[in-house]
Amino acid sequence: MSRNIMEERYDGGKPRLRRFHQARWDEPIIFELSREGQRGILLPEVEPGIRDVAGDVLDTLPEGLRRAAPPALPELSQPQVLRHYDRLSQENLGTDLNIDVGQGTCTMKYSPKINDRLARSPKMAELHPLQDEATLQGILEVMYRFEEILKSISGMDRFSLQPAAGSVAIYVNASIIRAYHASRGEAGQRDEIITTIFSHPSNAACAQTAGLKVITLYPDEDGYPDLEALKAAVSERTAGLMITNPEDTGIYNPRIAEFVQIVHEAGGLCAYDQANANGILGITRAREAGFDLCHFNLHKTFSAPHGCGGPGAGAVGATQALARFLPVPLVAFDGERYHLDWDRPDTIGKIGPFYGNAPVVLKAYAWAMSLGAEGLREVAEIAVLNNNYLMKKVLGIPGASAPYAEGKRRIEQVRYSWQGLAEDTGVHSEELGLRTADFGVHYWTSHHPYVVPEPCTLEPTESYTKDELDEYADILAHVAQEARVDPELVKTAPHRSTIHSIEHEPLDDPERWAVTWRAYRRKTKSYPRGGE
Amino acid sequence: MTRKELGLIVNPVAGLGGRVGLKGSDGAEIQRRAKELGAEPRAQERTLEALSKLGGLEDLQIVTYPAEMGADAVRAAGWEPTVIGDITPGRTTAGDTQQAARRMMEMGVDLLLFAGGDGTARDIYEAVGLEQPALGIPAGVKIHSAVYATNPVSAGELARLYLQGRVASLREAEVMDIDEEAFRRGSLQARLYGYLRVPFRPSLVQSQKVPSAGEAASLGGIAEDVAEKMEPGVLYIIGPGTTTRAIAQELGLEKTLLGVDVVESGQWSVDRDRRAARLVAADANEAQLLALLDEHEDKAKIIVTPIGGQGYLFGRGNQQISPRVIERVGRENITVVSTPGKLHVLGSRPLLVDTGDREVDELLSGYLMVVTGYNERAVRRVATDGSNQTHRGDFHLV
Repeated sequence: MSRNIMEERYDGGKPRLRRFHQARWDEPIIFELSREGQRGILLPEVEPGIRDVAGDVLDTLPEGLRRAAPPALPELSQPQVLRHYDRLSQENLGTDLNIDVGQGTCTMKYSPKINDRLARSPKMAELHPLQDEATLQGILEVMYRFEEILKSISGMDRFSLQPAAGSVAIYVNASIIRAYHASRGEAGQRDEIITTIFSHPSNAACAQTAGLKVITLYPDEDGYPDLEALKAAVSERTAGLMITNPEDTGIYNPRIAEFVQIVHEAGGLCAYDQANANGILGITRAREAGFDLCHFNLHKTFSAPHGCGGPGAGAVGATQALARFLPVPLVAFDGERYHLDWDRPDTIGKIGPFYGNAPVVLKAYAWAMSLGAEGLREVAEIAVLNNNYLMKKVLGIPGASAPYAEGKRRIEQVRYSWQGLAEDTGVHSEELGLRTADFGVHYWTSHHPYVVPEPCTLEPTESYTKDELDEYADILAHVAQEARVDPELVKTAPHRSTIHSIEHEPLDDPERWAVTWRAYRRKTKSYPRGGE
Repeated sequence: MTRKELGLIVNPVAGLGGRVGLKGSDGAEIQRRAKELGAEPRAQERTLEALSKLGGLEDLQIVTYPAEMGADAVRAAGWEPTVIGDITPGRTTAGDTQQAARRMMEMGVDLLLFAGGDGTARDIYEAVGLEQPALGIPAGVKIHSAVYATNPVSAGELARLYLQGRVASLREAEVMDIDEEAFRRGSLQARLYGYLRVPFRPSLVQSQKVPSAGEAASLGGIAEDVAEKMEPGVLYIIGPGTTTRAIAQELGLEKTLLGVDVVESGQWSVDRDRRAARLVAADANEAQLLALLDEHEDKAKIIVTPIGGQGYLFGRGNQQISPRVIERVGRENITVVSTPGKLHVLGSRPLLVDTGDREVDELLSGYLMVVTGYNERAVRRVATDGSNQTHRGDFHLV
């Protein structure tokens, strides 16, 4: 008799939780696999006829470019390398493998593979930024056209695509605010940036890095950015407002136009951190809210892979009045040819090498063009719908809450709190997140400033189906219930994961953390292969 | 794992007065009245709750006092303790608590865990000061002190993490208490008695993405900021606390931890990269402050930090800075300093003032800038303490 494999996955018509188990290879670090003399490729000896004509090819290199000793690379055969990385690939929960809604604020949306192929095609990959402009017309056209798209989305007048990441773009915003006041002879006087505690923390950090002072506003009693606190904060020392909206809690500031107006009246500029733009594409624009500057993360909102899947790219937009301060070069079009415009005397300078992360811009451009204006708006609508659908389900789990502006909808993400559950069970948010890894998903507990107790930030984007969101919510509900009946099971999780638990303290300790093999051996004084 | 020793002290009468409405349990007479009213102490059950979280510590030795001062609870939790000391069951005193704490410190216990309320915390502080890492299991009626975990389970869990070495940092937390006699007459006067060093985990859920700079770095930044902006020739009335102490240290001065000190600011010294400053008065009372204000024609500023997790700016632990002192210095000359962590605990709750003078409380209400780091400010709402409720010392274990 044949079994019905489909029925096994259901219980009374409802899908069972996935019977997940991750691979555990105990795979060593690649340097540990190294054995002296092993090779992936054996190069043939140079034939005498060639050697006689060419001589020793190393002699053609200038002395200063030659290494004194070969690099300390691991020595392995090709199949060893292949197995090593295939094993590692089975030991993660990457974004292509899991329902990756648990990295709230990161906008982990699907990045169509065809766009990766475009970026990897020889036409793109073999370009070099030092080539003559005449031979770069294709990518310059892409950058120019993408700038037009961003102008339309934001209402801003000019964009620089040079920043290599969101925080770099925010630093550009801070630098432009500083340059603007300097140009009016107020550099010493106007040096205070106002931000909110739930804005992306890069705003405070970048303002400080740019030599400005930071004033942080906390939420009012209703959980929204506090307008009265803003009025108390502005003065003749106000340089500007640097603010995220919706904030990292997913709460949209309904009085954003008033915020901008108050800061303008005090003589400051307003910069809009649009890292959380995924829920407002085609719906609201920075220009209409009165902002002078804004930035987007192409590696989040515009689908290019985020973080370790990166590299990233930030785009900074400015009004006509401030465009003169943007980094150089900008991409320009004279009606016939695209070129790089370096002749911008008021520029804050260069914020990175060359003119931007061209492959990332290409992916973002391809993504936006494949959707069109209506498609981009639909992205936002689905992202918001998905988020509020998931919120309804999560808030139905006993012990879960969404602090601040309670009972109100969120835009594209929610910063939840498991405080109620933690008080009932002693199980902490981090432990719940680790237990979800036993079901093939995960979440991280969200980041600075740790104001929300027992936090968990989920951002479902537009990329997941209703079934997938249901599965994620079912896993959360199951784990929360486990915390009530068997807290030790949750607190000792994960059990079916590659690595069950790691020590955290060394990761916070500069004396012990190590991001390279060399640093690891130096700090642990371990020289397992004969020492140095 | 190396062998760890935990000292445990239970104040058996802690919590006795609470359920019968006696607002505290200090003093033999009150304890007798409470028992007459049918009160039962909560300390044993609360200690058991905390001890239940110590599972998994294989090589743990618990040192405790006899019977209801610890041995009963430890045995009930399934451990065999080392019992020291000598008590008269049913008639234990504050002296027993202090004696126990001293002996356990001498024995070199890794952590002193104690169950009680503010009175118990004071006894422990009297005995061990800042030398002995300690942590409170909340069991008393009055819990103003920040040395207590939010609940017994958290206390047990934090103790376990500390003994396992998974939480390594300690912070100085306030030992607060009110005058129980005055409190029973309806007047609330909280005093800061001292500090204990308690295990501290800023956040159990802290992610590794953004390592936080930590308390020490925040304190250093605040101190540098305030010292840099001081004006020569101005008196600075500096309230109690570890945050304000960091400012005194930045100026090269010793600060009385619990008192209000007065410093006169000098010029910035480029050579020493430090502002010159002179200690004018240590542990000053209201009269001394007013006299100094006369001398300096009110050219003065006040530097205060919110107390513990309660968020009190004035009226708790710094009553020397009286309504008259505040009025003469003026609202615009008040500098509030706080680590971001202390503000985060408050969420969107306001900072509180309860100076005892309604008009001064009103004057202080509204929005104030708080120095939270070098060139960093937060805008926080200040409100009068309308409730006159006791606010529990908030222990930051989230």
